[in-house]
Amino acid sequence: MKRTNVILLIVIAVLLLVPLLLPVADHLDEPFSGADGQAEAAIVETHPDYQPWFESFWEPPSGEIESLLFSLQAALGAGLLGYYFGLRRGQAEGRAQESPRVDQ
Amino acid sequence: MHIMEGFLPPAHAAAWTAAAVPFVVAGSRSIARILKENPQAKLLLATSGAFAFVLSALKLPSVTGSCSHPTGTGLGAVLFGPSVMAVAGAIVLLFQALLLAHGGITTLGANVFSMAIVGPWIAYGVFRGIRGLRGSLAVAVFFAAMLGDLATYVTTSVQIALAFPDPASGFTGALLKFTSIFAFTQIPLAIIEGLLTVIIINLLSQYSRSELVGLRFIPGEAK
Repeated sequence: MKRTNVILLIVIAVLLLVPLLLPVADHLDEPFSGADGQAEAAIVETHPDYQPWFESFWEPPSGEIESLLFSLQAALGAGLLGYYFGLRRGQAEGRAQESPRVDQ
Repeated sequence: MHIMEGFLPPAHAAAWTAAAVPFVVAGSRSIARILKENPQAKLLLATSGAFAFVLSALKLPSVTGSCSHPTGTGLGAVLFGPSVMAVAGAIVLLFQALLLAHGGITTLGANVFSMAIVGPWIAYGVFRGIRGLRGSLAVAVFFAAMLGDLATYVTTSVQIALAFPDPASGFTGALLKFTSIFAFTQIPLAIIEGLLTVIIINLLSQYSRSELVGLRFIPGEAK
């Protein structure tokens, strides 16, 4: 199981590296821009008269603050995932240590 | 898949919100029922939500030369059923709308519909279908998470194409355009999400077997 997971992680790493290493974005004005922003631009292109009728209450004042909040989101999730698997692994090992004593 | 704040006309925004609300209400009831029947599932339920929290924060590069993020909603959908992810996904999207200006309040209904409803239901349907055909657990989980992720982005493309049909080629032309922006970019990312979800299920099978049996996710005798 452990080996399968390591292989899967390597495949994931390759899938992430391929677009970065191959010249897939060289012809673009903005390489690796977000798809959400591209869609917004495409809407404005065909519907230049469309006025967004609502604005965000608050926007991160800079790219740094935005990346801070995205990191926070990922860290909160990753922290809980790590807690869960650490707890369950410890419990599984605790059970494994207890059971031989029962046999004796 | 985030439709930006104000970027759906009011009628569309209202219609998608109306479509999403019943699923979120049903989802919160479903969570209450699961926790009543199976109180020790609380931590795994939170962990499934956390998985969506992590994955939707990671904007990954794709072979199309643009970036997008996976959704992470397939895991919870196959473990707990699709309903619960309507709530978890709505929490993620609300966080991003309020703190990150990603998506928005007016487009929350549409974004919840694509990421927290269509994605999980497709994932759940694919999982049940493949398991019904006696496919292996890993294969079922992979295709469930991958196709759920992809379905979310196809839904977003449909939502935008309905609101902004191409002046020349109409809805179909707009759908093709937005699909090429969202769905093609998403293919490698959906594969990554499928593989990551398999890794999590592998870890759960190793360390939380009795929990998975308790959820009737895998057959066996509950301890």
